Amino acid sequence: MPDAPGLELIRGQIEQEHPGAALDSGFEHGRASLSIDPAHVLAVLGWLRDAPGQGYAFLSSLHVADYLPAQPRFAVHYELLNRDRVERIRVKALLEDVSPAGGAVGGPAPEDASATAGSGGSPAATGPAGGALPEIDSCVSLFPTAEFQEREAFDFFGIVFKGHPNLTRILLPDDYVGWPQRRDFPVGGEPVTFTYNERDYG
Amino acid sequence: MAEAAPGLTEDRTTEVMTVNIGPHHPATHGVLRLVADLEGEVVRDLRPVIGYVHTGIEKSCEDKSYWKVIPFVERMDYVSYFFQMEAFCGAVERLIELEIPPRAKYLRTIFLELNRIHSHLVWLGTTALDLGAISMLWYCFRDRDRILDLFEMAAGQRMHTRYFQVGGVIEDIPLGFEAKLREFVRDMPVRVGQYQALLDRNEVFLSRTKGTGVVSRERLLELGVTGPLLRAAGEPWDLRKAFDYLAYPEMDFKIPVGTVGDNYDRYRVRVAEMVESTRIVEQALDGLPEGPFIADDRKYVLPPRSELSTSMESLIHHFKLVTEGYRVGPGEIYYAIESPRGELGCFVLADGSAKPARVHFRDPSFVNLQAFRDMSVDGYVADMIVSLGMLDPILGGVDR
Repeated sequence: MPDAPGLELIRGQIEQEHPGAALDSGFEHGRASLSIDPAHVLAVLGWLRDAPGQGYAFLSSLHVADYLPAQPRFAVHYELLNRDRVERIRVKALLEDVSPAGGAVGGPAPEDASATAGSGGSPAATGPAGGALPEIDSCVSLFPTAEFQEREAFDFFGIVFKGHPNLTRILLPDDYVGWPQRRDFPVGGEPVTFTYNERDYG
Repeated sequence: MAEAAPGLTEDRTTEVMTVNIGPHHPATHGVLRLVADLEGEVVRDLRPVIGYVHTGIEKSCEDKSYWKVIPFVERMDYVSYFFQMEAFCGAVERLIELEIPPRAKYLRTIFLELNRIHSHLVWLGTTALDLGAISMLWYCFRDRDRILDLFEMAAGQRMHTRYFQVGGVIEDIPLGFEAKLREFVRDMPVRVGQYQALLDRNEVFLSRTKGTGVVSRERLLELGVTGPLLRAAGEPWDLRKAFDYLAYPEMDFKIPVGTVGDNYDRYRVRVAEMVESTRIVEQALDGLPEGPFIADDRKYVLPPRSELSTSMESLIHHFKLVTEGYRVGPGEIYYAIESPRGELGCFVLADGSAKPARVHFRDPSFVNLQAFRDMSVDGYVADMIVSLGMLDPILGGVDR
């Protein structure tokens, strides 16, 4: 891991190259983490990967955390690894929840919800109830390993990765409604749907 | 016969046909569906479809107190359950900054390595079965059973043992365990030698594995592939060596690597790993320190049963731990270990309550599966089946 001064150094350099990109840095439990503005995510990840002296070329894991009720609510975590120096750094892209409270009704200019059901094209940035979804640039061009993991993040949190080659649900069925790993999505009480039976015998 | 429509060729062998394989197919080692575009017998494109055994474990974990999460996460990758436990318990221990006693570290190392051998035996048996070597399955499962006997002896369960606890392990190893383990450690290298004698010069096995499913080391790294697959391509990357966790820094073992990165190398690397794991188990058993097997922090660890009838304080701690569970201060951690399939990472977000706010597993099978297309495209269907076996995905871990 880069130690605390090393992390500040990285943050300072990012600040120089991409003003406004680094929002915060933290060092807890011996792990370095860097919070960034999602608008600069590709610049920062690319810099950490390619800049001489950095070389965080391996994306171990990409996952999302929901910090409800904090704002910004979501963070996409990129666990980067430098395999030569055996150092990990966590980059957190903080994302605001753009849907109105509850996310149920009255989203800004809601599109036809059925447009998102088709799995063919890239889905529009709207949720099942018309609420807008948070967006961030896809890092598949930098780290091809992110392809499945970004799809998983979209599947469970409804975070849209712009530029992803095939952003569809990966573990849940294509016709599933909702973003179940969000903290305001309840556990249990969900009917078991057998769509085939419903369609043919329901 | 009518003339061929413009743009269509008469040559029917070049027609691309889309074939669905699975989700229920013995060669997919689980509930995996493959949509393959075939041109004759050659795979031109491949799309794995997953999610058939998604059970929402990560979501369910958010509704359980920390110590109740352990049996849940064991059931993700159901062949390497000790690794799931270690990833989760280790992550929580790092969050609450709880140091585990040396004996617990050694015991965990022993069980992790036994589990690695167990996992590789399941892989070897089933993959050799795909290649027509039926006897391998019986031999491998015979030895696997001896490992399960050891698990049962120590933990009372053959699979999904819930043996690791936050702070150490639930119980010390029983009398007679050491002798039985030593017997196993003595036999295992001989058995591995027998397996190699059965397969290494088997013409069918060699011609089906050599030179098939090759993916370059650079491409594997881009795709985030770790574990034996990456090592078979010549990259000596092993988290047991790279990071300092459990008793691995004190162990003397080698990282087997391949040269070409074909299916044969993948087989060789895993078989060699079984021998190395046996060596680790033996060393850990020799160096097993005396002392407590679980930490003595009563805020997180259950008091010994014998104290409950004599100490009011122990009773209160026991009650609090069993009913509410312990609280973990706000924080987040990513802790990764080397599972039989690669980097198994556990991310835990704590919000200060007795339940985790998010548990996420970076499952190596899930990430490694992305390399399957590269391994199979422009090869024969038969080679695709071999590659899938050598990829060794556990669908419970992929879908979680």
